[in-house]
Amino acid sequence: MDYINAFWSGGVICALVQILLDRTKLMPGRVMVLLVCSGAVLGALHIYQPFQDFAGAGASVPLTGFGNLLWKGVKEAVDKEGFIGIFMGGFTASAVGISAALVFSYFASLMFDPKMKK
Amino acid sequence: MTKGLQSIAFEKSPYLVSSASVVGKKEGEGPLGKMFDMVEKEDLFGENTWEEAESTMQKEACLLAMGKAHVEPKDVRYLFGGDLLRQGVATSMGVSELNIPLFGLFGACSTSGEALALASMSVAAGYGEYMLAVTSSHFGSAEKEFRFPLGYANQRPLSAQWTVTGSGAFLVGTKRSHVRITGVTVGKIVDYGLKDSQNMGACMAPAACDTIIRNLEDFERTAQDYNRIVTGDLGYVGQSILFDLMRGKGYDIKKNHMDCGMTIFDQISQDTHAGGSGCGCAATTLSAYILPKLDRGEWKRVLFVPTGALMSTVSYNEGASVPGIAHGIVLEHC
Amino acid sequence: MDKERQQQAYENYVKKKTPVHNLPANMGKAFVAGGVICTVGQLVLNFCEKLGFDKDVSGGWTSMILVVISVLLTGFNIYPRIAKWGGAGTLVPITGFANSVAAPAIEYKKEGQVMGIGCKIFTIAGPVILYGIFTSWVLGFVYWLLKVSGIAS
Repeated sequence: MDYINAFWSGGVICALVQILLDRTKLMPGRVMVLLVCSGAVLGALHIYQPFQDFAGAGASVPLTGFGNLLWKGVKEAVDKEGFIGIFMGGFTASAVGISAALVFSYFASLMFDPKMKK
Repeated sequence: MTKGLQSIAFEKSPYLVSSASVVGKKEGEGPLGKMFDMVEKEDLFGENTWEEAESTMQKEACLLAMGKAHVEPKDVRYLFGGDLLRQGVATSMGVSELNIPLFGLFGACSTSGEALALASMSVAAGYGEYMLAVTSSHFGSAEKEFRFPLGYANQRPLSAQWTVTGSGAFLVGTKRSHVRITGVTVGKIVDYGLKDSQNMGACMAPAACDTIIRNLEDFERTAQDYNRIVTGDLGYVGQSILFDLMRGKGYDIKKNHMDCGMTIFDQISQDTHAGGSGCGCAATTLSAYILPKLDRGEWKRVLFVPTGALMSTVSYNEGASVPGIAHGIVLEHC
Repeated sequence: MDKERQQQAYENYVKKKTPVHNLPANMGKAFVAGGVICTVGQLVLNFCEKLGFDKDVSGGWTSMILVVISVLLTGFNIYPRIAKWGGAGTLVPITGFANSVAAPAIEYKKEGQVMGIGCKIFTIAGPVILYGIFTSWVLGFVYWLLKVSGIAS
């Protein structure tokens, strides 16, 4: 069951974003920014977490989930450390995603050469 | 001598002595594939980067064009060249070994027209026996410069055009051949305020319209006086807009219009969306497809109108519009 | 004023003239592509939880593994081909983020370790990181204010 929920929840988010790509002049970079920021805001409004509890990876894998993660991180850090936590939480929570992307991409740049689009 | 508002009619028309085209793999697989002088299966052209590959194409095209006419680089008085890269480095790096005095040009995808106009003017004015005009573009270097890294996962809109990997070189001179440049119409920048860099056909169509009408009026000709009116890279979207704009001004060019961007690729099987583009698009199509027809006398007179969208990534990010420019070159069989 | 109206008229005319992708078809493809990637994520997540990792660590593993897959597919020039079909379905998941980091890293390696890979690796992903962190900072600040003032606990 959780696979089905993950499939269709994730799919629906992607299908909705396709409207943005096809019918507005928003470039993909801006769409990614928009997703992360709205995920964080939805997280803060206590909307995203219940959705994620239902959809599992269907909510955590899209970049909106990344935004929610940022919010969760900053909230936790503020709870624990107070004011200075505002400056800690975001990077702590997103550490795995960003580090993995940077490190593996760096390895990829050593291994692969640019290729023509097919 | 000057003609009308923006044109020149040569008293002693220079000849298009020879030309050459060098293209990449995808272009070689297209409808014109067999007509190009050189098709390289490896898009890096044996070099290390896209930029070096583009320079190599230019050099090869120049050498081939000169070789066909048995002309040595030292016999060429001036070289007029350009490309799409920042500061025109593909040209600077590509032709430096030839040791021909150089004018580096930028007119976006209209550069082949600009180069041919200046080369033919210089020959007609008697400033030299031979001039060389060359332009190039490369899909890899252009995507990198104007859009995204090649591995980036984006979907191209249907109005987007595919930058041609190719270079065309033209030797203009006093030596007799079967094609002459009898006149040029230098175009103005025309800006209809469009800001969509993914729809360059629509940005350039008004400029093409302006230059074509200017040419017809300056030379007191009708569209039917040309066997073909050939635009550079308006693509499918730009062509239909050009027809509408021309009709609005009372001209009908539907029957004898041709667009290099629509000719060089097969839209359906090659999935290039609105057509080809880039400095190399008009130049290679002119060399491989149009000039042979003029040479054989199949076509008697052609108006060649390469079109350019004038933009940089900076101007685009700062929200500036994308104005167009187009230059008209009158080619005649003789 | 008149010029502006003319430009607007031309823009509208061009919009009518320009073909666009078939939206329902594209949405369908995005749905499938995005759905599949999320299901793969769920697979990893369930597997990690079965191994006894807690929720956060399992989420970390999921992100990491999806990132590796995406970077490899980008290097082999496969991810762009999937994206051509899947559109937003490949952009929205974290794999799209990883692709946006890997693609410039590979493309700009020719411009050197520092000015090439080092700077350009962030060309697309940089804004995502900046605005993501900034948003979380603002939200964190508001949360802290509410907490200090005793409104939130």
